[in-house]
Amino acid sequence: MELLYFARIRENIGHSSETLPQPGNVSDVKDLIGHLREQGDNYKAAFENELAIRVAINQTHVNFDHPVDDGDEIAFFPPMTGG
Amino acid sequence: MKIQVQSQNFDIAAEINELCVGRKDIGAIVTFTGLVRDFNGDNKIQQMTLEHFPGMAEKQLATICAIACDRWPLQGGCVIHRYGPLSPGEQIVLVITLSAHREAAFEAAEFIMDWLKTDAPFWKKEQTAKGTHWVESKTSDTEKCKKWRK
Repeated sequence: MELLYFARIRENIGHSSETLPQPGNVSDVKDLIGHLREQGDNYKAAFENELAIRVAINQTHVNFDHPVDDGDEIAFFPPMTGG
Repeated sequence: MKIQVQSQNFDIAAEINELCVGRKDIGAIVTFTGLVRDFNGDNKIQQMTLEHFPGMAEKQLATICAIACDRWPLQGGCVIHRYGPLSPGEQIVLVITLSAHREAAFEAAEFIMDWLKTDAPFWKKEQTAKGTHWVESKTSDTEKCKKWRK
């Protein structure tokens, strides 16, 4: 899976994208966030507050119970503040 | 409706002209322009940087405009949203709606702006004398957006 990070989450993690083979115990967005949280303090900080995380799979907003697939582009970002 | 996500500035009059040239069926044009303020609460803003999600930003704006076109009898319009570093006073966003009558044009423009604030992937970062920080999303913006949901 292709992971993309934007704004505060990108700054917390330290890079804007990465490729991750789908871990065996990850079947939905919530699982993926749990997996990423274990990858270091930078990830832990990025994903600490679930209320401040939005997710898009293949550029469509999804909820945390949405399934993830190895071929997906999964973007994590904070609530949007455009306009 | 025309959708553009760009770093360069836009010319409101030129955009209106492009939409209306040669047409005699339009009765109302509503435009909204968002600008960079030089204050946020007590903080003096030196610069603002807008980050966006290329591809998804255009897609979300197109979806918002399609919903507006379904809901109101619009005769066209455009949304232009800028990204990158912007100084106080600069233009950030432009919404233009065209309709035979003013009600539809006013309501659709407000609807597009309210949805854009909470659904289009843009993020503002402010630079002040104290440093830089990401702008927090406002509950009031979410509430404004909710009022349009039926």
